[in-house]
Amino acid sequence: MKTKRIIPCLDMTEGKVVKGIQFVNFRDAGDPVQMAKIYNESGADELVFLDITATTQNRPILLEVVRNTARNISIPFSVGGGIRSVEDVRQLLFAGADKVSMNTGAVQNPTLISEAAREFGNQCIVLSLDARKVRPDRWNVFTDGGLKDSGMNAVEWAKQATTLGAGEILLTSIDQDGTKKGFDVELTRAVTHAVTVPVIASGGAGKMEDFFDVFTKGNADAALAASLFHFGDLTINDLKKYLESKNIPIRKTYEK
Amino acid sequence: MIGLIDYGIGNIGSVANALTKLEIAYEISGDPVVLSNSRALILPGVGAAGAGMKNLKERKLDAVIKKIIENGVPFLGICLGMQLLFEWSDEDNTNCLGILKGKVVKFKKEKNIPQIGWNEMKISNMKDQRSKIVDGIADNSNFYFVHSYYCIPEDDSVVVGETEYGETFASLIVQKNIVATQFHPEKSGKTGLTLLQNFMKGTQ
Repeated sequence: MKTKRIIPCLDMTEGKVVKGIQFVNFRDAGDPVQMAKIYNESGADELVFLDITATTQNRPILLEVVRNTARNISIPFSVGGGIRSVEDVRQLLFAGADKVSMNTGAVQNPTLISEAAREFGNQCIVLSLDARKVRPDRWNVFTDGGLKDSGMNAVEWAKQATTLGAGEILLTSIDQDGTKKGFDVELTRAVTHAVTVPVIASGGAGKMEDFFDVFTKGNADAALAASLFHFGDLTINDLKKYLESKNIPIRKTYEK
Repeated sequence: MIGLIDYGIGNIGSVANALTKLEIAYEISGDPVVLSNSRALILPGVGAAGAGMKNLKERKLDAVIKKIIENGVPFLGICLGMQLLFEWSDEDNTNCLGILKGKVVKFKKEKNIPQIGWNEMKISNMKDQRSKIVDGIADNSNFYFVHSYYCIPEDDSVVVGETEYGETFASLIVQKNIVATQFHPEKSGKTGLTLLQNFMKGTQ
């Protein structure tokens, strides 16, 4: 059976991971390549790198970090932040990324999704969608690192993007992000119901039960967290043991 | 030297990285002479079958690959590199290399396509003997898959591993000097590296 994925997210700015700095177990605290290596060994099913200031600072993503990471891990990883063109996608894939996620660039220019998907296949094109609830049953798409309301309906945008060729959706609830109050299950369910590609739920993970909820009630294919893992509040292996005890299919990466 | 076939498509970099980790010397090349002199070949691949075959033909690599496989050189096809070994793919209605008998079709039953993620491989026991390619790999181990199409070999006996995604499909096949995986061993953590190592052992 296909398993549900547990994905640590490394939010970077200027080559450093910004949410993980206090996690004492990282010898080179905040170094994305070191953190990626540790996650590669400790049960992560995939990694997500987000250069969270690439768009607002209007600069390209750090290819060197991508290259070094790719050399050091043997699980898939996606990279996003500041992607504007098919050429940006090409550079990241050639540097060793398995997938590339687009957010602001895709909202401003939706054909970027179709062009990139045609060139490299939809399996490596991820729509990164930051959503905020604006009224009951309505979430809007926010861009520029969550700063700007695009006015677009998040569920509609998810559908449109998959029609254009996005092979996966990284769905972040801005409302829940950083709160540790759980994923936005309602938003996740609305999107998984509307599309036929895997959805990675993100934002709000605070405890093991949150993962169970978003997999079962939200139908998420994968769940992402950052500080929860970086700070050692929860290990991936403990989370997997818990999920397995609740009959959620996971990739076993621990000894019984 | 292992030849990594460069046909302008796919994720050659990640296969190269995995070989580096295993300390296996390789050369990335699209040159028929270089490839013909390799002790083993790997055909990686992510992308569409139509573009894949077009690129192989443009570089005249289709004939080269057939010849090298006929000569008994160990050959590993990964993902699209597996699918292209068959006769025909439903993706872009593509005539493929035809080295393995059978066809490539799209998933029909699961809602979410492509299949992206980790899935189990059940090892077939049809020959009363485990293939050496799965030495040290437990039954139902997880591998990383990214695909919308899968292979249906005409000859069941080549199937060494099967995986279920709505329907059951061949995820690992071995036929003489050919090994082909629908999953990405280079992205499947330690288990994937073990499989790559097993392939390499068979090339010595």
